[in-house]
Amino acid sequence: MHTIHRKELIAPKFWRFVVAAPEIARRHRPGQFVMVLLSDRGERIPLTIAHSDPQAGTITLVVQEVGKTTMSMGELEEGGQILSVVGPLGTPTHIENFGTVVCVGGGAGIAPMLPIAAGMKKAGNRVLSILGGRSEELVILRDEMTAASDEITFTTDDGSFGRKGFVTHALADLIAEKGKPDLVVAIGPAIMMKVVADLTRKHEIPTLCSLNSIMIDGTGMCGCCRVTVGGQTRFVCVDGPEFDAHKVDFDVLLKRLRMFLPEEQEARERYMADHACRALEGVAHA
Amino acid sequence: MPERIEGLPELTKKERMKIARHAMPEQTPEARVENFAEVALGYTAATAMEEAQRCLQCEKPLCVAGCPVEIDIPAFIDLIRQGDFKGAVAKIKETNTLPAICGRVCPQEDQCEVVCVLEKKFTPVAIGRLERFVADVERDAGTTEMPHCAAPSGHKVAIIGCGPAGLACAADLAKLGHQVTIFEALHKTGGVLVYGIPEFRLPKAIVDFEVENLKRMGVEIRTGYVVGKTATVEELFHEQGYDAVFFGTGAGLPSFLGVPGENYIGVVSANEFLTRVNLMKAYDFPNYDTPVRVGKRVAVVGSGNVAMDCLRCAKRLGAEHVICVYRRTRNESPARKEELERAEEEFIDFRWLSAPLEIYGNDDGFVTGMKIQRMELGEPDASGRRRPVPVAGSEYDIEVDTVIVAIGQSPNPLATRATPGLELNRHGCIVVDEATMMSRSLPGVFAGGDIVTGAATVILAMGAGKVAARGIHDWLGKLERGEVTKPPFTSAPA
Ligand SMILES: Cc1cc2nc3c(=O)[nH]c(=O)nc-3n(C[C@H](O)[C@H](O)[C@H](O)COP(=O)(O)OP(=O)(O)OC[C@H]3O[C@@H](n4cnc5c(N)ncnc54)[C@H](O)[C@@H]3O)c2cc1C
Ligand code: SF4
Ligand code: FES
Repeated sequence: MHTIHRKELIAPKFWRFVVAAPEIARRHRPGQFVMVLLSDRGERIPLTIAHSDPQAGTITLVVQEVGKTTMSMGELEEGGQILSVVGPLGTPTHIENFGTVVCVGGGAGIAPMLPIAAGMKKAGNRVLSILGGRSEELVILRDEMTAASDEITFTTDDGSFGRKGFVTHALADLIAEKGKPDLVVAIGPAIMMKVVADLTRKHEIPTLCSLNSIMIDGTGMCGCCRVTVGGQTRFVCVDGPEFDAHKVDFDVLLKRLRMFLPEEQEARERYMADHACRALEGVAHA
Repeated sequence: MPERIEGLPELTKKERMKIARHAMPEQTPEARVENFAEVALGYTAATAMEEAQRCLQCEKPLCVAGCPVEIDIPAFIDLIRQGDFKGAVAKIKETNTLPAICGRVCPQEDQCEVVCVLEKKFTPVAIGRLERFVADVERDAGTTEMPHCAAPSGHKVAIIGCGPAGLACAADLAKLGHQVTIFEALHKTGGVLVYGIPEFRLPKAIVDFEVENLKRMGVEIRTGYVVGKTATVEELFHEQGYDAVFFGTGAGLPSFLGVPGENYIGVVSANEFLTRVNLMKAYDFPNYDTPVRVGKRVAVVGSGNVAMDCLRCAKRLGAEHVICVYRRTRNESPARKEELERAEEEFIDFRWLSAPLEIYGNDDGFVTGMKIQRMELGEPDASGRRRPVPVAGSEYDIEVDTVIVAIGQSPNPLATRATPGLELNRHGCIVVDEATMMSRSLPGVFAGGDIVTGAATVILAMGAGKVAARGIHDWLGKLERGEVTKPPFTSAPA
């Protein structure tokens, strides 16, 4: 059991949880994740560790409500319990002084980017960050990312904040203005990482991406998370989640992410119907 | 059912040999493919005692030699005949920690029953069914007695993995007075017994019962704890103060076929499929949150116990046509005969001498079919089995919605890789001294079960756990006398 110390809404449908997990906090390195199971009947989902505090014995998770499990997380209260939090899993990001590192984060991918940007900066890199989202409120963790970067650019699809357009436009301009960085790290929706990879491949800039495949155990036992990298089958949970973005077969990844779309839809609808009923009952009882 | 009832008389040898082996009452094939409840229903007391009457009480019982943990089989069977079920189960537990489980899943037909003297002329005594019967009587009566535990020794032992090897090792160490903690990566205890073997062969309540007993003996269990990730073995020794560490981490890494099309959606490892179904209870989606989808036509590649479980789960999940694709013949199938027969009764379409060549998919990435190559048996290979060789020009296609790959598992390297200095063989198995189960390269580290042998059986894992408990006990004695020290771990862990 893991106690929820803090829970706050940081953007519409984005929650930040601070959860007690002393042993995980102690060993966590940037790039690693945990498997979370809310209840006996729940499903196990991977969540990247956005921050860890070994002294306080806590880890920070940023969760976007997209499916039944993440929506139920939105209902948990401070002081409440999470049944199982396992980790830290995955291979940590290789952090060293590369020179200039561009961190491209999109949507929910900004959360896992935070410890990597902070780690890169601490290692002596010049960190230039580009964060994007559909609209202003979806560009999360702005203050934290600003503190972890030497320079930062924001983009929104609708132009409500920062420059209008996609992170890739900003990245192309950055390369044109400042020359090639030594490394690009891209974390976000698979399609964003694919476009970033296509761009940096042309410029021959080494690029890392962090993949968000469907997982069950998170320890290499099931193979559900497998992707094709450089023509070989690799397991995201143990070989990754970071890979050379130029070698990842994003088409396979994009398809595999759609594996359970109808079931996810069904679970979400049942969850919402359930809640609508409960809300109505609440009204009736009031 | 009472644990002691009036027994049956001892018969003459001739009379005994006249009694036919008693069939196991089972759900009918038509009924059972519609549910996940246990297939075998168990003997009644009357049947069990009559079956027990068949045993010839051999002076040099071959069955005992055939049992990996040498249960005193004639003795426990005679106690059943006498109606002393409690005595019978106590007799079994002298050497077997988990009779309710072994009675259900052990390959008796290759162990005790195959060598039973009655096997040659008639049919062997149903040793496994009798073992299961008495263990169930005891559990149902709710009188399971906690074994006596010695006074606390002051020593702490860490056990990695809560499968049969870890459970057996923990139980024996607790009896010897040592303080035991089991670290288990998953959120549930039991290893393959909960994530692999389906409910209809081994009800999970039985596994939970055994684990609860272990807790009552004072064993601490920490689930959701991945050794190698949450903490290293070095930390277990030097920061958490454990005096010995036992690896019972099993063989949980799935193998894939290496044929084109393997990453299409709907191609899954047996581990993924069984974990979804058994551990996460996807057969009860959406009451449980984890989904599983099989579609109408399912192909399972392989023909071992794991493949049988996949075939039978797929059938129960509503697949209309379930096909077993295996490159050798029925004779070479490594599955237990009983499970193979049950699968055959459950309308599974067995394609012997068939090997998958390629998997087809559609533009959305979903599986649509499989190309199969017919094989024939050629010269014997290293294992002595005749090697399957392709029949030229015999390829054909089948349509499938799901392909389940059940061609074997190997050790998961998460914990071993994070333990510098631990000697592994080329399959990634830990190399141990067989008498003590201690690592040959890292004294104080012990191992047993599938992590040592590669994928094997429950009883071998359990037996290895018991041997290791002895080895650990001796090691702790030496540690106390200052004859040995804990491993220093000179190189930094990965
Ligand atoms: C589907 C299936 C059907 C089978 N049917 C039969 C049968 O009918 N009869 C039979 O005798 N045998 C059968 N077997 C084989 C039998 O189950 C195994 O041989 C036996 O379970 C091995 O026991 P074990 O304790 O070595 O490992 P496991 O049962 O595999 O347990 C290992 C445990 O260690 C945990 N673990 C692994 N790494 C770590 C880590 N780093 N940190 C913490 N925990 C870790 C795992 O999560 C797991 O719980 C079957 C196997 C499968 C997969
Ligand atoms: S070999 Fe068969 S008949 Fe002889 S003691 Fe064992 S079970 Fe009984
Ligand atoms: S999630 Fe099971 S192997 Fe990666």
